[in-house]
Amino acid sequence: MSKNIQLPIYLDYASTTPVDPRVAEKISSHLKMDGVFGNPASRSHKYGWKAEEAVEEARSHVANLVNCDPREIVWTSGATEADNLAIKGVANFYNSKGKHIITSKIEHKAVLDPCRQLERDGFEVTYLDPDAGGCITLDSIKAAVREDTILISIMHLNNELGTLNDIEAIGSFARSKKIFFHVDAAQSTGKVDIDLSKLCVDLMSFSAHKTYGPKGIGALYVSRKPRVRIEAQIHGGGHERGMRSGTLPTHQIVGMGEAFRLAKEEMQADRQHVAQLHQRFLNGVDGIEEIYVNGDLDRKVPNIINISFAYVEGESLIMALKDVAVSSGSACTSASLEPSYVLRALGRKDELAHSSIRFSFGRFTSNEDVDHTLSILSHAVERLRELSPLWEMHLDGVDLDKVEWN
Amino acid sequence: MAYSKKVVEKFENTLNEPKKFNVGRFNPSDLDVGTGMVGAPACGDVMKLQIKCEPKGNSHVIKDVKFKTYGCGSAIASSSELVEMLIGKTLEEAKEIKNKDIANALELPPIKIHCSVLAEDSIKQAIDDYEAKQ
Repeated sequence: MSKNIQLPIYLDYASTTPVDPRVAEKISSHLKMDGVFGNPASRSHKYGWKAEEAVEEARSHVANLVNCDPREIVWTSGATEADNLAIKGVANFYNSKGKHIITSKIEHKAVLDPCRQLERDGFEVTYLDPDAGGCITLDSIKAAVREDTILISIMHLNNELGTLNDIEAIGSFARSKKIFFHVDAAQSTGKVDIDLSKLCVDLMSFSAHKTYGPKGIGALYVSRKPRVRIEAQIHGGGHERGMRSGTLPTHQIVGMGEAFRLAKEEMQADRQHVAQLHQRFLNGVDGIEEIYVNGDLDRKVPNIINISFAYVEGESLIMALKDVAVSSGSACTSASLEPSYVLRALGRKDELAHSSIRFSFGRFTSNEDVDHTLSILSHAVERLRELSPLWEMHLDGVDLDKVEWN
Repeated sequence: MAYSKKVVEKFENTLNEPKKFNVGRFNPSDLDVGTGMVGAPACGDVMKLQIKCEPKGNSHVIKDVKFKTYGCGSAIASSSELVEMLIGKTLEEAKEIKNKDIANALELPPIKIHCSVLAEDSIKQAIDDYEAKQ
């Protein structure tokens, strides 16, 4: 094994990314007495002014990456809070206009759970199924729209599959119907171009820690033209134009700003790097029988690849892959025994959902990481299949769908 | 999920040396073989347990066992643990093995108790199958 491999090999970038060293440096220069540590809300001295300046510079880096006005960026504690603020904020502000919301079954829990909460508060929510390739179609949205629909919330890039939704088309449609459109873009920044000056998106959630920034910081884009109003969810001082109170965490904000500045600068290089790793990985798994890639290869980013290894259970595969850090389904649900709700929504049979592993690559993944993973992986699948009664039945020609299980 | 050290050890040993840990199969139609298969692919666990027995006095003794398990690490470890408990036991003794014995031996967390229940079911079924053939 080459010396530069760090074990376990980290292939869980969709869960979180390491902080880029350049970002870490920026953060540490905003913490101590000799750095920019002040409270950006302090108006009476230089410490406060310097901190405010740093926060505003970071705000413009975030705005630059997605081509919007910096005044449209509201800092939050992460994409989960941004999703909550967008969905509950619009619902609470416009509830006299209507009480129907459209979202999808493949959203992150940070969207689904606020929707569930709104249902308890008297709203109605339609949860759309994805198509077989893992994307939400415009037609399904059109069919779900009602007179009283006030909000559509659809993710940009699915965290389990890597599939992209056509937010351009969905946005245009939503705008034509005067329905607000929220996009959870936690996974897509730095991976695909986002141009909010062209997209008909009213609200967009961002996270720093999926794009080489620190955890605990995110942002919500709130469109000014056309204007969307939201009701604040956290009160206490009226920071961020009253939309999100609380002292701004300067060090985390400059971390996110630097991470997003780098993301813009290095997006092409990052993309090429990851696309090459993805191809290398695909070529490598080609020799393993009975595997299924979940999500349409033509409509997904190369950063994430989700594969079902038939006749092998995912949790045991992860255990056998102890030198590789991957996840089965979403980390948020891996405490439960349910197979991935996203894969179920795709229409995959439960046993294939149970057999799925998500590999996700990033800026610091090397060819050696991929090659080493591939050799561990094929060995692990082979050994677990030797242990699997289902594999034995498959080899004997038994149709598992026709077996009566007890 | 954090597994107990015992589960991890059992799982890895079974995976690394399947033959030594009784992974395999007997011909299910042999008269001295009893087969039990429990669980369902949709639930994420399927255990297949086979016992090979011979008459001894008034009873029958388990001479050899083979198994295959599809499931999480705890399920595989539970099967493997059960197999070790079975060899050399009479059927009467084997019937006395309870899921708790397996769960305790492996220090299974509450969320994984069903793995040991499945293992208990598999031996019951295998014994039933064997007895029906006699």
